[in-house]
This record gives sequence, C-alpha cells and structure tokens, in this order.
Amino acid sequence: MKINFFKLSVYFISSLILILFLFGLNKDNTYDTRSLINKDIGKFQLQSLDGVQEINQEDLKNNKFTLINFWGSWCAPCRKEHKFLLSLYKDNTLKMLGINYKDKKKNAEIFLKDLGNPYHFVGQDLKGKISVSFGIYGIPESILIDSNLIIIKKFVGPLDENDLNEILRLVKSNEKF
Amino acid sequence: MRNFKVLLIIIFFNFSFSSLICEENLEKEMKVYKNLRCLVCQGQSIADSNSDFAQTLKLVVKDQVKSGKSEDEIYDFLINKYGEWIVYKPRFNLNNSLLWILPYLILFFGGLIILNLFKKRKNNRLN
Repeated sequence: MKINFFKLSVYFISSLILILFLFGLNKDNTYDTRSLINKDIGKFQLQSLDGVQEINQEDLKNNKFTLINFWGSWCAPCRKEHKFLLSLYKDNTLKMLGINYKDKKKNAEIFLKDLGNPYHFVGQDLKGKISVSFGIYGIPESILIDSNLIIIKKFVGPLDENDLNEILRLVKSNEKF
Repeated sequence: MRNFKVLLIIIFFNFSFSSLICEENLEKEMKVYKNLRCLVCQGQSIADSNSDFAQTLKLVVKDQVKSGKSEDEIYDFLINKYGEWIVYKPRFNLNNSLLWILPYLILFFGGLIILNLFKKRKNNRLN
C-alpha cells in the first residue's frame, strides 16, 4: 500500500493544531499567584508610618510566621477584612506587618484609630513601588510567610472567615515542622 | 574669553550627552512597557494602560532602567514577582516549546507539501 505523504502531512498538522487549540482554549488564563508559593519574599526596606523606624526582611526572620497585609484607608474592601485581621492579631505565633499602600499618613492613622490597629508594625509604601517587590497588583492582598521568609500562601482580595481559618490552620500545621 | 568659550563647549557637550542618554532610556522604557501585561486590564500592555497597577509598574521599570539594569534583568525581576504571565513574549521552556517550534514545523511540512505538489504536477505533465 502506497502511503499518501501529502494527506498524511495535512492530517498531522490539522490534528496538531486542533489539539493545541483544545488544550489552549480550555486553559484558565486569569492571573493567579500559585507561582509565588514556596518562593522567598526577597529583600525590602520599609519605613514605619510615623517615619521613625525602619524594617527589612532580616527583622521578619525573628517571627515564626508573619502575615504581610497591604491596605489603604481609601480602600473599601480593606475595611471589610479589618475585623479578621484583628482576630489574627490575637494569635501568639503570628506577627502582623501592615503595609499602607499609596495613602495619606493622616488618613491611615485615623483609619487605625477608628477601627483598631491589628499590626505589630505598620510600614508605608507611598508610591507603591515596594509592593511590586512583593508581587502585589491591587489591595487588599496578604502574604503569609514563615521564618525563612518563604511564602506559604498569598491571599488576593479581602480576607474572609474561610481565609482566617485557613491562615490559622496553615500556621498550626507548619509549626509542627 | 578663551576659558569662557571652553566652558560653553563643555556645557553644550554635557547637555547633548545627557539628553542622548535620556532618549536611550526612554526608548528602552517604552520597549519594556510594551512587553509587560497589565494584570488588571484585559488585553492591554502597561504602555497602553492608565490603571494604578500600570502606573506603579512604570515607576519601577523607570527606576530599574535608570539604575542601568538590562531589559532581561528587568523581565527576570518581574517574572520572579508575578510569574511568566506578566510578559507578552514568553521565554523558551518545556511548557511553551511547541509555541516556538510549531511555526517552524508548519513551515517545514508546508514546504514539503508544496514541493510534493509541484513534483506531482511535473510528473503529470510528462506523462
């Protein structure tokens, strides 16, 4: 039997393109942060909200776990998640680092005074450039890291009760190792 | 008077040189902006977007260009922070190897098909 090379090539290329389309179109192209998990947070230098103190990645190595939360007084979802942050503040193994994103100092201080301060340290990122080194693309976002500065989980959007329970579960399960 | 002329020439060259560097940096920045995807907008590069995220990323790119970082170094930094999705032009790796190889494969097989067709026609004419 003579093999028809022409037909074979056409079938091969068409089926290859079809398979690629099938896989490509079914793939979810929305951005997620899965690629950041298990990565190091890298270097950073942050000034406190009052401008007196400075903090960097080395300071976080003293904490068993740190939740880095990006917030702003102008951000409505940040108000929504605030009560959950206040609950997390009570956990002894977890330290809270708040990074005030593109905000006015006065407004940020009023926000914390009115709703309560859930952070052990509040830093400021006036232009948002520091947030880029954390892979942030909108607020609120939160990053849970361990003492080796490795990202355990990243939360995009306001934290809710499920996230709160997950953070506590992750802290407890990672504490055993 | 002579000293004054020398000073004027130095100032002139200094300005020309700095504006040349500035122009080079602007071109480089624009090239990088066009290859960076705005993660909060649909189908827009940060060059086309006025979103808050795009504005922040532009500031970061500007800083990195100013500090003398190469395009690849800037992409490496941002891929490390946001994943491969941030760049429009993906790098060659196992996951996207077909994307890079397929056009050449199609060109090769397409060429073979055309060659085969020509041969067939020639044979038909001779017969």
